[in-house]
Amino acid sequence: MGLLTSRMGNAAIVERRNLWFLLSLVLILPGILLMAWRGVTGNSLLPLSIDYTGGVQWEIRFDEPASPEAVRAILLRAGLADTTAFQVQDDRTVQLKLKAIDNQVKERLEGEIEAEIGPFDEQFFRNIGPAIGSEVSRAAGLAILVAVVGILIYITAAFRHLNHATRYGACAVFALVHDVLVTLSFISIMSLVAAWEVDALFLTAVLTVIGFSVNDTIVVFDRIRENQRRYQGESFARIANRSLVETLQRSLATQVTALLVLMAILILGGATLQQFMATLIVGLVSGTYSSLCNATPILVAWEERRFLVKAGVADPAPVPAA
Amino acid sequence: MRSNPLSLLLTVLLAAAALYVALPLDHLPGLESALGTPEEPRDLRDLVRGLDLQGGTQILLEADLPADTEIPEGSMATARIIVENRVNSLGVTEPAVQGQGTRRIIVELPGIDNPEQAIETLRSTGQLEFIDPGDAQLLSGYIINTTNRPTASADAMAAMAAGVMDPAPVPFPDTVFETAMTGDVLNDAVPGLDDTTGLWQINFELAGDGSDQFFNYTQANVGRPMPIVLDGVVLSAPIINAAIRDIGVISGDFTEEEARSLAIQMRYGALPVPLQVVDVRTIGATLGQESVSRSLIAGQVGLLMVLLFMLVIYRLPGLLACLALGIYVALNVAVFKLVPVTLTLPGIAGFLLSIGMAVDANILIFERLREELRAGRSLRLAIRTGFNRAWPAIRDGNLSTLISCAVLFWFGSNFGASVVKGFALTLAIGVVLSMFTAVLVTRTFLQTFLTLTTGVESDSRRLLVGH
Repeated sequence: MGLLTSRMGNAAIVERRNLWFLLSLVLILPGILLMAWRGVTGNSLLPLSIDYTGGVQWEIRFDEPASPEAVRAILLRAGLADTTAFQVQDDRTVQLKLKAIDNQVKERLEGEIEAEIGPFDEQFFRNIGPAIGSEVSRAAGLAILVAVVGILIYITAAFRHLNHATRYGACAVFALVHDVLVTLSFISIMSLVAAWEVDALFLTAVLTVIGFSVNDTIVVFDRIRENQRRYQGESFARIANRSLVETLQRSLATQVTALLVLMAILILGGATLQQFMATLIVGLVSGTYSSLCNATPILVAWEERRFLVKAGVADPAPVPAA
Repeated sequence: MRSNPLSLLLTVLLAAAALYVALPLDHLPGLESALGTPEEPRDLRDLVRGLDLQGGTQILLEADLPADTEIPEGSMATARIIVENRVNSLGVTEPAVQGQGTRRIIVELPGIDNPEQAIETLRSTGQLEFIDPGDAQLLSGYIINTTNRPTASADAMAAMAAGVMDPAPVPFPDTVFETAMTGDVLNDAVPGLDDTTGLWQINFELAGDGSDQFFNYTQANVGRPMPIVLDGVVLSAPIINAAIRDIGVISGDFTEEEARSLAIQMRYGALPVPLQVVDVRTIGATLGQESVSRSLIAGQVGLLMVLLFMLVIYRLPGLLACLALGIYVALNVAVFKLVPVTLTLPGIAGFLLSIGMAVDANILIFERLREELRAGRSLRLAIRTGFNRAWPAIRDGNLSTLISCAVLFWFGSNFGASVVKGFALTLAIGVVLSMFTAVLVTRTFLQTFLTLTTGVESDSRRLLVGH
């Protein structure tokens, strides 16, 4: 056996599905409750960046150390009440968020900041009109829906020769909904802890997670497809578990390589991509986990019409290690 | 399964070609001019870097009309051309102006980090004038000075000298022609057909208080030309046939297209549709430079760790996979250069992520190979069945990622989220190439290994593949 799975040959993954379902709930619930709380208290479910709301994101680096508060004071005085200002990277760099402004206002502000605090370089400036923002929000929802439906159709077509092909598609979609929820839960918690916002790259992360999650699920289902022909007469649960164990090494190896690359970008790639990478990492780990521990157990439960495993009921014996 | 010398040859040739294009060296002039144009051969030494990597400003312009207004066919295209001309007058190296959807224009200005002036230039409504030509013979396309724009000739000559403007005739650099009326006197201008001659013409209508002014001027100047000038460029120089009050006609040897374009320019000054700025994004040059060096380091470290992991876990096939991965990276870079793909920061992330997909295809194959070996098959048979059985999973998995990429690409091209597009494009290219390398390159390498080690004791061969 390979290095990664030498001790996992006997894992009866399907049998322990109660545990997995519980674990998923524990991962998803806190963030979702947080979102619900935000919704109940009249906020958007997640804090949205200017990609969706419109507004200005402005990052300037002064020649000398400068306090974000001093910059904010200038903007407040100019009547831009909703301005937030905070330090990024070093004590010379200040990031500002405010409502959309026009050129004249910006030039005037630049003059005042330079006069009162000192010379600076503009690192980044983004100014989005509110109409664009709301349009992007609508399109984002549509994009996720189109991707999910497209994948559902594709999987159903790819597994059409099996009994209940739609169930495979539905379970894959269930797993990816799980991953989207985990990702949402993660960003929801991070918005509380580190003031993260949902931006255009978050949507990119979610759609990528969807693609990769389905990829993992397909590898397992593909093996079930093959093993059903090979081990005719075995119970479905047993075939499913066998397929899981057989593909475990691959799933973990793939996971490790993807994580190695993503971790490198997360740690070394600079601030611009950090939130994107962290979201991707959480989503990809969830993707592999849900393919193994949700999609397949649910498929088995569906075939057996028995969703939770009762204690004491004999489940199919685990596959002996090869 | 016999090893196939043809596929080995193909792999080697492909790898050599990919490396040749990918490496930052001087390429054959023939190749560069074939990809670009003979006058402007494409530079293949570097990848095309997006604004977030080189610093600059991106401006998204949108038609400033209610969302349900139908924009006449072709007028966004006309607006785009006018914006492009104005961008060229800014003196920016390699600016880009693209239409996006039916209502938007994206302008990219590398190296510009104070966009305020640029935005003003792009949005300004052009100045339309009717001038008194004196005795000069003015033809359309001439650039001249007018009372309202006394420096038009000098500006144009400076822009031409700097190479940011196409050559145009400037026949009267020192004369300032008198502005008789400005475009304000016009109420409307539409292309139409002359009932008797069947030729294209422009029918125009004067605004209430402008019509007296127009009447007086045309009455005094019957028989003389009255050139129409936009931002210093002569659009047309019709002869006044009779005094005009309320409505008039410009007739001439117009094609339908010319008549339409002239009418639009008369009606709207320069832009056939009013434009507003809906999204501005400026990235400082230092931030761009930092991003380049950081993502280079991150990419190298990530790739190195993946290679190490593959070597440790899969031994010889791991080494072959590393070689295949090297070819994969070269192929990707070559495709980026040939298409060309504009590389952005999320684009680099998409590419690096696709390395994971490429490795995954290899891992699927190797895991299958080991399983077949454990099942007691010969190495030769194991390699064949390993490939055949791994393929459906590779295909289905990659296609579902491609579905996601297609959705992302659509989302990124149609909405303000253009960062998304770069990621989707590089990930999709990577996924397609990874399927290709898994099938051709890794397979060929394994087959070659088999041929090379014929005669070696079977057990040691098996040991090499990590069984």
